[in-house]
Amino acid sequence: MPQTAPDGPVASAIRAKLTAAFAPQRLAIVDESRLHAGHAGAREDGESHFRIEIVSAAFRGLSRVERHRRVNAVLAEELAGRIHALSLDVRDPDA
Amino acid sequence: MSDNPVFQRIQSEIDGNDVVLFMKGTPVFPQCGFSSTVVQVLSILGVKFKGIDVLSDGDIREGVKSFSNWPTIPQLYVKGEFVGGCDIVREMYQSGELHDFFAQKGIAVSAPQAE
Repeated sequence: MPQTAPDGPVASAIRAKLTAAFAPQRLAIVDESRLHAGHAGAREDGESHFRIEIVSAAFRGLSRVERHRRVNAVLAEELAGRIHALSLDVRDPDA
Repeated sequence: MSDNPVFQRIQSEIDGNDVVLFMKGTPVFPQCGFSSTVVQVLSILGVKFKGIDVLSDGDIREGVKSFSNWPTIPQLYVKGEFVGGCDIVREMYQSGELHDFFAQKGIAVSAPQAE
């Protein structure tokens, strides 16, 4: 996992919200903004493009669409503003 | 359903076409990597679809997000059912589920099932 850099302020907020909402067994938040520098929606200070991998028992029994919707709902504020692109891998511990 | 006129336009698109992809750019010239990925998956499977460029229609661009309760583009609909965005389409393709899903929906798939 290329989870090396410390969280920026946006990633920290994302981590706090997802941790509170889902008590995940695993949570990786990767800022991929550098890969998109100069693209539409990219910001000079980064933290615009994220990839999130989250594993939580809270997602048991839910369809893929419903899992993503739960995560998107928790991050609605960020998705409406700061986040330009979000790639999600949402699983339950049995998968 | 709401009386939002954009919702009616979106509904008529997904009623009138078996496979509809709301995307940034066109199937020939996608303007976003996520949209491009879904176009590639559909092309590999040989599934015919209608691409709707949300960049050329701001009402659809915002409207489809609330219509689907989904905050991002692209969005794939099959026989009126919301399938998901890029991550879900890619996951389903890689696991072979997407191929089976199209078959179950009676959508012609020209590619053989992936090993």
